[in-house]
Amino acid sequence: MPEIRAKVASTVGLHARPAALFAAAAAAAPVPISVCKPGGEPVDARSILSVLTLDARCGDELILAAEGPGAQEALASVVKVLETNHDQAEA
Amino acid sequence: MEVPTVHLKGIGVSPGVVVGRVAKLSPPPVLPAGLVPGGDPEAEILRTRQALDRVREELGERSAHAASVAVDVLTAQAAMAADPVLAASIFGKIRDGRAAPAAVKEALAAFGEQLLAIGGYLAERAADLDDIGNRVISVLLGLPMPGLPLRDEPFVLLAEDLAPADTATLDASSVLAIVTELGGPTSHTAIIAKSLGIPAVVACKGAFAVEDGARMLVDGMTGTVVTEPSEEEVSERVGRLARRRAAVTEYSGPGRLADGSRIQLLVNVGTSSDIERAGHADCEGVGLFRTEFLFLDRPSAPSVEEQRGTYRRLFESFSGRKVVVRTLDAGADKPLAFARMADEPNPALGVRGYRTARYLPELLEDQLRAISRAAMGSGADVWVMAPMVATPAEAADFARRAHELGLPLAGAMVEVPAAALRAEHLLDVADFLSIGTNDLSQYTYAMDRETGAIPELLDPWQPALLELVRLTAAAGKRAGKPVGVCGEAASDPQLAVVFAGLGVGSLSMAPVSLAEVRAELSLYTMDQCSEAAEIAISARDGESARASVARYLDSVLAG
Repeated sequence: MPEIRAKVASTVGLHARPAALFAAAAAAAPVPISVCKPGGEPVDARSILSVLTLDARCGDELILAAEGPGAQEALASVVKVLETNHDQAEA
Repeated sequence: MEVPTVHLKGIGVSPGVVVGRVAKLSPPPVLPAGLVPGGDPEAEILRTRQALDRVREELGERSAHAASVAVDVLTAQAAMAADPVLAASIFGKIRDGRAAPAAVKEALAAFGEQLLAIGGYLAERAADLDDIGNRVISVLLGLPMPGLPLRDEPFVLLAEDLAPADTATLDASSVLAIVTELGGPTSHTAIIAKSLGIPAVVACKGAFAVEDGARMLVDGMTGTVVTEPSEEEVSERVGRLARRRAAVTEYSGPGRLADGSRIQLLVNVGTSSDIERAGHADCEGVGLFRTEFLFLDRPSAPSVEEQRGTYRRLFESFSGRKVVVRTLDAGADKPLAFARMADEPNPALGVRGYRTARYLPELLEDQLRAISRAAMGSGADVWVMAPMVATPAEAADFARRAHELGLPLAGAMVEVPAAALRAEHLLDVADFLSIGTNDLSQYTYAMDRETGAIPELLDPWQPALLELVRLTAAAGKRAGKPVGVCGEAASDPQLAVVFAGLGVGSLSMAPVSLAEVRAELSLYTMDQCSEAAEIAISARDGESARASVARYLDSVLAG
């Protein structure tokens, strides 16, 4: 299963608006995407509530996984959202 | 449908007249006891799906309207309503036989617990989940969604009461006016409305029964609320407001009535930083300089020289104007380290105000000496007065000390009923009187102003209080000596009119209140002020005094 590791760039962590944007990007992907902290239980990346319960702070590493046609591209697009500092973009 | 015109009466807490459609703030839904599942689970799931969608749309819409701080929270909330894992959890519970509203509540509670367990910022998001739950459940139960209403047009916000959370996203561009069934003049609603400049009426009995969408006229000055008002009434009230607004911009300088009678407008000063600010205010002087700030929070009294410096700063800012200095008012709510009296079971009735001079005469002598030195050559017209005088003997004692130290005008504050009842005798020895309405209320109604458990007893519109003001003012007229009012009451524009009618010659207030008081006074003649005073004094209680005077003054403006 294709996997990709990436760090949370938003200063507030994967909370509030960054989490909403992340979940929305995952929901837009053609394949289901899971996300977890290293060694943690993977959760559905489309679920903002599940994503919030990861309590991922700025700089934390996350593992994203997806399977099926277009999985690589889907992962790439979601990682891009994760690696953008949405707080900075706002300011 | 023909809806009748209904007049309701509340307390106006933020002036302005508007007409708009009512949007009600709905309370959170209550899950009915013994809720049973509604038939086919798949139909229930579909209904719940639709409810979630509606909430998501509503929250998305709100985030588009909200102030920037609220946008993040609302965006996240909208995403929560669209959460597929949450939906799956709710639907699972419905399939297991739970009623839809109960399934929503339980599924959200499970996520809420996880967030609470993480703590910090995420724990605060648990409240957002409760809000989503309340919204979805309201939709499922066919109730209006709780929280601030969202409308295409600006609206009149009608609520039983507003919680601080409700007002977080309140903004003047969407809310025309606020009307609450509960609350009082100092409630959270009143404070927020005033700060946002939104007309508001609180304590408006019967208002919450008005239907959503009804047309409502709100007069935040008089506290009048009218449902389905006639066009005549609207234009009449708007016209009166325009006259009041015009008066605010039109008039400046000394206070005067419509017939030219003079009412001196003064300001209260009570902190070091007030001094310069007050100097720039459009006023005729200082009616109450509270000197306690010089004495509080220090182990010993300030020296004569230190006091002189501070007084001088004030006097120079008021060169050419009048400054009334109140000598130290220690005790009760303002205990001082170096003027502490033996423990008193009833400090408000103990050795306080001028009474401390009996035990600590040197404190008073030093202060008068400092005032006298500061006054010399400052250009200000300096008067001194003693706080909480009860007897002519105290007033005489104070006047003698002040005169001896070169202060020609020495007066007394009227804060206890005994002083008001014997104002004539006080004026035999004092050069002027100044009525402190806050303490006079407290002592007249025997209601501690620090607790204020029964606020209507401290209402400055209470007729018994006004009666004492009248007695004092009449004594001043007979003696040919000035009588003024200082304290919060003087900043209520319509009460200022009543005071003028009772014969009070000067009003001292916070600088921010000057413009509106000056404007309101300018609209009536002395005869009309006297009539307003008569109406207030013959009222049964404070509330009806306020309402009757508002009605009378409106009729004057209409006529």
